[in-house]
Amino acid sequence: MKGSLVIVGFFIAGIVVGVYHLIPGVANLGNVSYITLCALIFLVGFMIGNDDEIFKKFKRLNRLYMLLPLMTIVGTLAGCAITTLLMPHRSLSECLAVGSGMGYYSLSSVLITQYKGAALGTVALLANIVREVITLLGAPLMVRWFGPLAPISVGGATTMDTTLPILTQACGKDFVIVSIFHGFIVDFSVPFLVTFFAEM
Amino acid sequence: MAAGIAAGWLLRKRTFKWLDTLLIVLVWALLFFLGVEAGENPAVIKGLKDLGLEALLLSIAGTAGSIAAAWALWKIIKRKEGGHK
Repeated sequence: MKGSLVIVGFFIAGIVVGVYHLIPGVANLGNVSYITLCALIFLVGFMIGNDDEIFKKFKRLNRLYMLLPLMTIVGTLAGCAITTLLMPHRSLSECLAVGSGMGYYSLSSVLITQYKGAALGTVALLANIVREVITLLGAPLMVRWFGPLAPISVGGATTMDTTLPILTQACGKDFVIVSIFHGFIVDFSVPFLVTFFAEM
Repeated sequence: MAAGIAAGWLLRKRTFKWLDTLLIVLVWALLFFLGVEAGENPAVIKGLKDLGLEALLLSIAGTAGSIAAAWALWKIIKRKEGGHK
């Protein structure tokens, strides 16, 4: 939670700098953020490759739980497709691109800014931060009403890192592996889905 | 990402405690630059209210959709496990 607030703080600081042109000569800023993004993706890959436990743990998982990432992706996209009806000025592919960030706000917002401009990129950032906050705050309630898989699904790509501690607490230790597996798969699919819908 | 996985696998004998910190700093930098980009764009600033509303709508819809899907899967799993026992 505190981590998310710090991140929002940096974003707001960036907006202030941008509005008042506090840093001169940032015309090729797109490049800077793109290079940062590449470094970020490299680092995430590095961490996955660096953890040899992660693959061993997956082997012990019940087959049915392996469907959860798929449910998350299908459910999210279906929900976002419906919003297109409420937002006539946004195309279906734009809504799906924002939705397929699945809580991975840093990556999805930068990708969407690259493809669709800063306006939709900002929507993606806010929408996916809100989704993470919903997970962090609402996990216990979701467990009670919809079962332990619901908050993991809502957590989307964040369930193997930022929301994992909360989910462990809300769903119980048995679901840690499910949560990590889910986060791993969804995390991996975000760059592909976002790029796919943004290019449509 | 593939390059990162490969590099991480090759160096798996060593542990990198500072990686988490670096990741966070990079995320901060990224969001900061993103903010600058959004701030320099007058259309974004003017539309911030509308954009926020859109964002809220999309996140609620995505959340609801994934809850429904996860709930359905949970019911299936529970029924199957109940059947075996």
